[in-house]
Amino acid sequence: MTGTLFLVQVLNGLQLGVLLFLIAAGLTLVFGVMNFINLAHGAQYMLGAYFAVAFYGVVGNFLAALVLALLAALAFGLLLEFLVFRHLYDRDHLDQVIATFGIILFLDHAVRAIWGAAPLTLPIPDVFTGSVMLIGGQLYPVWRLVIIGCGLAVAAGLYGLVTYTRIGMLVRAGATNARMVSALGINIKRLFMIVFGFGTMLAGFAGIMIAPIISVEPGMGDNILILALVVIVIGGIGSIRGAFVAALLIGLVDTLGRSFSIDILRLVMGPSPARMVGPAIASMLIYVLMAIVLYLRPAGLFPARGR
Amino acid sequence: MPEPVLRLERLRKSFGSLIVTDDVTLDVVRGEMHAIIGPNGAGKTTLINQISGLMAPDDGSILFAGVDVTRLPPETRALRGLARSFQITSILPGFPVLENVALAVQARAGSSLRFIGRAADEAALNLPAMAALEQTGIADRARVRAGELSHGEKRALELAIALAMQPTLLLLDEPMAGIGGEETERLVELLLRLKGQLTMILVEHDMAAVFTLADRISVLVGGRLLITGLPDEVRADPEVVTAYLGEQME
Amino acid sequence: MTGAAALAAAGRSGLLRPRRDIVLPAAIFLIFALLPPFASLLAEQYLVDLATRVMIFAVAALALDLLVGYGGLVSFGHAAFVGLGAYAVGILSAQGIDDALISLPVAIAVAMLFAFVTGTVCLRTKGVYFIMITLAFGQMIYFVATSLAPYGGDNGLTIAARNTVAGLALLKSDRAFYYVTLLCLLATYLFCRALVASRFGRVLRGAKENPARMVTIGFTVRSFQLVAYVIAGGLGGLSGFLLANSTEFVSPAFMSWQRSGELIVMVILGGVGTLDGAIVGAAAYLGAEEWLSGMIENWQVIFGPLLVLVVLFARGGLIGVCARLWRWFGHA
Repeated sequence: MTGTLFLVQVLNGLQLGVLLFLIAAGLTLVFGVMNFINLAHGAQYMLGAYFAVAFYGVVGNFLAALVLALLAALAFGLLLEFLVFRHLYDRDHLDQVIATFGIILFLDHAVRAIWGAAPLTLPIPDVFTGSVMLIGGQLYPVWRLVIIGCGLAVAAGLYGLVTYTRIGMLVRAGATNARMVSALGINIKRLFMIVFGFGTMLAGFAGIMIAPIISVEPGMGDNILILALVVIVIGGIGSIRGAFVAALLIGLVDTLGRSFSIDILRLVMGPSPARMVGPAIASMLIYVLMAIVLYLRPAGLFPARGR
Repeated sequence: MPEPVLRLERLRKSFGSLIVTDDVTLDVVRGEMHAIIGPNGAGKTTLINQISGLMAPDDGSILFAGVDVTRLPPETRALRGLARSFQITSILPGFPVLENVALAVQARAGSSLRFIGRAADEAALNLPAMAALEQTGIADRARVRAGELSHGEKRALELAIALAMQPTLLLLDEPMAGIGGEETERLVELLLRLKGQLTMILVEHDMAAVFTLADRISVLVGGRLLITGLPDEVRADPEVVTAYLGEQME
Repeated sequence: MTGAAALAAAGRSGLLRPRRDIVLPAAIFLIFALLPPFASLLAEQYLVDLATRVMIFAVAALALDLLVGYGGLVSFGHAAFVGLGAYAVGILSAQGIDDALISLPVAIAVAMLFAFVTGTVCLRTKGVYFIMITLAFGQMIYFVATSLAPYGGDNGLTIAARNTVAGLALLKSDRAFYYVTLLCLLATYLFCRALVASRFGRVLRGAKENPARMVTIGFTVRSFQLVAYVIAGGLGGLSGFLLANSTEFVSPAFMSWQRSGELIVMVILGGVGTLDGAIVGAAAYLGAEEWLSGMIENWQVIFGPLLVLVVLFARGGLIGVCARLWRWFGHA
């Protein structure tokens, strides 16, 4: 395990973390403010990627494709909110889980029907192709650094928005006690729509940014959704700050765990068992982490709810 | 001197900077009807929650029949004979009235790890339950779904559930809340009949009922115990009068 | 009026278990019992395979309905128990042990042990945290299975043959296996029905409605919920045992979170908290899958919105809808 390899994996972990944050932010806000579990949020991420690929095929320019895809993702998200989700805010979590599960089934297979099952790709914009030299001589893809940078910028922007603007204050209040906010005369329906739309765009943005470096395929949102759920549970539902901390934590733990599990286990057992047990333990790490956090703090690290 | 049924020693509880229970020390003797009164927000329900175990005090101790129960969970206290009724009706609305009470009987009958046999038909549980329902006057509603009862009947059910637990100490959190006239009278009569047989703590706002029923009264203001004494003493105490400025004390 | 007399009077007022409580399950089991000869008549063997699959998942769905419908515990990791039971059969078979008299108890025991260990952690949480943490444990087991290289890893493990019973190849014929499965389903159903009405079941149901009340009456609610969780786990293990024998194949997909989701869907689709609904839901879901996938490749495009519609408009699932229609026509 060399120092530069470690640095590379740390950067990868940050990149995953930032991605998870973009998805988890919307998820935790929607959950915090509207008390709505949206399992279909991962599908929004998938749609962002697919829209980007589709629009790129038409306009041939990444930035244009990004803007168009964001708008399309937003529009689609709001459509879903209008047609389905807003009727579920009053229902219990079980109903929300089933309904959004149905939406996942629908979207995963609609995408498959429209675009086919084969993975699609999106080229990295020319200016960001290639790699940079890190300390120690290791090369690292520029685009990944761009993702990290964008993610941190969005996080900072979100923080500013939530802390310093009136809307942000309403969102924070709504996450603590939605009924009270409504009783104070704020148009809660519009607030919900704004929160939802924003979260949808963030997820779509994550999908667009990651599209150039992974395969865009049906169901790509499913596994990232699970990770995002783990993030918001550890971070504390309704808390952006919690989502940020937890996302980076999960990103790092998962990435470093997968890269170095075998090496770490080799310290205590032989190479062959380490190779067998390592990947399994690495996959389980974040769930073990979540179980420990919930055991010690049943409401997550930074719970927003003031119930 | 016989040991008190309940002894609270220097009980403290705060939520952040808000002190809701401020160094409360209180004794409740066997067979007495001890009323706790105080203006809204005085911390009466919080006190009841700590006694029954749904809330943990920050400091101090609770001795029930001589045993320190401060760290014991509510279910253990219940099985030791501590029953309570809730200020906001807390029953099982989907179950028939009889089963609501039969469950309370079942809890102390032991052996609830039975997976066969229809519990609803068990006479061993239903008969004592029926007796409790008769005591509170709603036996004729035994088979009705509890959610369909009137408000007054639900309060009676709360009481029946508590009585079915054969309690050593009964905590009544505003049993008269939301009922009026005839039903209040009936409830007062019932409590009068139970006086002496049962040790009770009564938290109430209905002053007429309090002064009819109570052997002793404690006054809680801002989490602090102002005075404990006989009804006439309390009624005459100037601090109490000030605390209740504007409220009728007849 | 004395207590006993009042009780008797109340009983006379017609509180005998309503007859229609028995009609539906009787019909269901009769249909299952008569299906194989009926299928041979039509020369449609696939019906027997489909019905076997329905019954196997119905066992798991019944267990889940116990938790969700009667205990108020929404477990999103139920497929883990099924998978564990299946892998118990698979791994034992790979080691040369293929007698059901060993595999079945092991399958159930492993599932119950997992349920016990994870249940003690999960039941410390409630609401959405409970859903999440059951999901997490399901995922953990899924990943363990994918990394079991000697047992197929991601690709799964083929089992040489179905379990024998005390050396006899009783399960070999599909029809024999069908009736064994039917027997298991019937036993599971009767057990669940009894459990729900029992003293234990009453505490569980009470805790679902008002845990604070139950606790102040004197019940250690968490212990009861743990017992229910372990029982549900064991029944899931039984389902897994049957599944492994049926398909003669085990794979990590048996315990994916999508599979856990499908199980919840079956319970809700049929009607949560009715037990009959679990069986109906399993039949409806797998039947729809079979029927729709024959028509369109991506049948979930139809099924997904259907699910949403059921949640929005058909509260109480299929059984609820039928009950309403029954009442409506009864009054017309």
